[in-house]
Amino acid sequence: MINLEIPKKFKPLAQQANQVATEVFRPISRKYDKAEHSYPKELDMLASLIDGMNEGSDIGGAGAAGVRRESNGDAEAGNRNGSNLSTVLGIIELCWGDVGLLLSMPRQGLGNSAIASVASDEQLKRYGGKWAAMAITEPEAGSDSAAIRTTAELDGDEYVLNGEKIFVTSGDRADLIVVWATLDRNVGRAAIRSFIVERDNPGLKLDRLEHKLGIRASDTANFTLQDCRVPKEALLGDPEVKSDPKQGFGGAMQTFDNTRPLVAAMAVGVARASLEETRKRLEEAGVEIDYDTPALSQSAAAARYLEMESDYEAAHLLTLQAAWMADNGKPNSLQASMAKAKAGRTCVDVALGCVELCGSVGYGENELLEKWARDAKILDIFEGTQQIQLLIVARQLLDKSSSELR
Amino acid sequence: MTTATEDKGVAERSMGFGLRWLNRLAGSDLLDRIRIRKQVERALFTGTKNGFRSATAAGRTFKAAQSLTGPARQKQSKPRALFDISPDDEQQMLQEGVRDFAEAKVRPLAKQADFDKSTPTELLEQANELGVNMLGVPEELGGVMHEQAAVTSVLIGEALAHGDMGIAYAALAPGAVATAIGHWGTPEQEATYLPSFTGEDTPAAALAILEPRPLFDPLKLETTATKKDGDWVLSGVKSLLARPSECELFLVAAEADGIGPALFVIESGTSGLTVEEEPAMGLRPAATGRLLLKDVKLAADALLGEGKREDYVECVQRARLAWCALAVGTAQATLDYVKRYVNERTAFGEPISNRQGVAFAVSDIGIESEGMRLATYRAASRADQGQDFAREAAMARRLCAQKGMQIGSDGVQLLGGHGFVKEHPVERWYRDLRAAGVMEGALLV
Repeated sequence: MINLEIPKKFKPLAQQANQVATEVFRPISRKYDKAEHSYPKELDMLASLIDGMNEGSDIGGAGAAGVRRESNGDAEAGNRNGSNLSTVLGIIELCWGDVGLLLSMPRQGLGNSAIASVASDEQLKRYGGKWAAMAITEPEAGSDSAAIRTTAELDGDEYVLNGEKIFVTSGDRADLIVVWATLDRNVGRAAIRSFIVERDNPGLKLDRLEHKLGIRASDTANFTLQDCRVPKEALLGDPEVKSDPKQGFGGAMQTFDNTRPLVAAMAVGVARASLEETRKRLEEAGVEIDYDTPALSQSAAAARYLEMESDYEAAHLLTLQAAWMADNGKPNSLQASMAKAKAGRTCVDVALGCVELCGSVGYGENELLEKWARDAKILDIFEGTQQIQLLIVARQLLDKSSSELR
Repeated sequence: MTTATEDKGVAERSMGFGLRWLNRLAGSDLLDRIRIRKQVERALFTGTKNGFRSATAAGRTFKAAQSLTGPARQKQSKPRALFDISPDDEQQMLQEGVRDFAEAKVRPLAKQADFDKSTPTELLEQANELGVNMLGVPEELGGVMHEQAAVTSVLIGEALAHGDMGIAYAALAPGAVATAIGHWGTPEQEATYLPSFTGEDTPAAALAILEPRPLFDPLKLETTATKKDGDWVLSGVKSLLARPSECELFLVAAEADGIGPALFVIESGTSGLTVEEEPAMGLRPAATGRLLLKDVKLAADALLGEGKREDYVECVQRARLAWCALAVGTAQATLDYVKRYVNERTAFGEPISNRQGVAFAVSDIGIESEGMRLATYRAASRADQGQDFAREAAMARRLCAQKGMQIGSDGVQLLGGHGFVKEHPVERWYRDLRAAGVMEGALLV
């Protein structure tokens, strides 16, 4: 039965998340945008609360607390609305509040997603309850994560990591860093694995924190790994380097199939924040948005608004679709990338369009519109840029390998 | 799916599907009481072929076959508890039947129908046999759908337009009139007109809202209905009707005295009606034309239902969704076609799809057409559940007008010069997709 409304059972969760966004995030939004690199201590209490929310099984929580795919994709079992959908709904609400603060939520890091998605039960036990950041990007390896140069060499019962990592979200604040490294530079993507590194490991040196365009509440760290020794058990997944490239790297990339809809959800949240504020401002200025009158028969501002809102609608529904498919065990790599691509570009276009519509009110720091427009841009970049998403979508639609369509 | 079924041709299977529906109809004990079987003289003035203007078709006599105490209405579906993008079993069956039909029967005839500015009658009869024109007819009056069928109508429109948008328009236009009467008509109007839509000999009919002028707004009509000695007198011009010279029944939107915009039931042959050819950029298989109304005198009961403004507004919204469905189907046809073309076409020694400039355009077609589809489904599903869907219909409309047109344009672009010539269907889809932002009324979900 086709129904694209938010299921009733998730409405309390969405309302709760919206309350957090309204009562906790929004009031300190500007404060931590200005005070870049200072720790938003208000979030500690909130994080405990969210941990509590995650205890409930079906209501998967408001953050990136793990998005294991439902294993039984049996269509006969009937329609399921599970943790992927509920997580997406929670993130939309929280990012309607502040995306930088969501990214700063203790124990809600991308590393937590990776651990929750691919860790063994033993690893889950050992690293559970800790805050984990993710370190993939290097100065010479961005979107082409197969080209990473950080090495991991087995030495007795330990792996020794060497290399340089940049753009590590929450890298300074997290307890753990999930580091991507290669077991053998000559093998390529098949040799890439992720390793869990404790933040206080003496081989892990913080080089600096970045100053950024947006999401300034969230710290972005650069590290050097110098003879950084981790126990053998810190490797996530299969230690064997197989000749089939899909085995190792594919496993690592699987995290992204699961987290792409979450980043799309962040973009949807920021876009909605901008649209709602702009609509309010336009109505104060005497511009009514009418859904029945043709857009082009209304004012240019109303027509532009309707155009942006319709892009938002598409981004929103594509995001829900990708999450719903994951809940139902349907392969969603195509839809996840479609959602990320659409939501990423829509978020930027909408946030910037809203600033333009609101003029100096939108541009000035008295309101949050200009901040959302700065925050928006990262959402079309991290977790796979717009161009990477288009590449993934194209390869799937056209049935192309990565060597054919590069 | 059994092997026996697969052995049958697709057309045969879709025929079987039509029979299933008819069988359901035949099983209804109401059927014999209310179904009108009239030998109708179709002395058609085939004006579109021989001249510029003609009188309207000499239609059948519509007569109330039973008297209802109150209007028969399809029920709203129960609010659904869960998010779901899968059609139910019945919808899937119908969708599959129409898809097969579109592929086996519609697509092969589309190019010629575009050239001829006409769809073969046989094809329209076959489409009708699939039950596409009776989705909005309440069960009490011989319909097959127990509940409101906006989603089902969307799925059917999408599937049919994958074959061809212009043929889909011609095939679905009569159903719009039936759906409007089934939704908003008085008991007398329902009893008079709806039975003829449930049989084999469905009348051609047109829901006429659009008027020929820039920035047309369906809420600000220039066609007027004035009250005169208890009668209505209508004057105005309606644009881009499907097969108007064949129509036996019109539902015409007019600004009515003391009421505002409302719909009027007009039978063909009524004095003061003229049809005129209006060939357009696309939708040519629908033999588009204008309906000219000059002092058309109608009895008081020609006003559809109670003439409520909210009914009219909902009609406008439902029509937009129907056009969205057609745009989604045409966009999907474009995607399917260019995918194959860019993979097969080589330049500089390799398939052009190996280039990001080409491949990313295909990605965008995929992304935006999926967004159009979901937005349309959402609005239709809200409609079926009795929720307000003004916003969602507007969103779907905006997406289908804008992204749909971009898809049409990119479809031609990706084929380059080959896309510009009529050897390939993309130039037709380019012309058709412009309609999604232009059309008002005419179709209904």
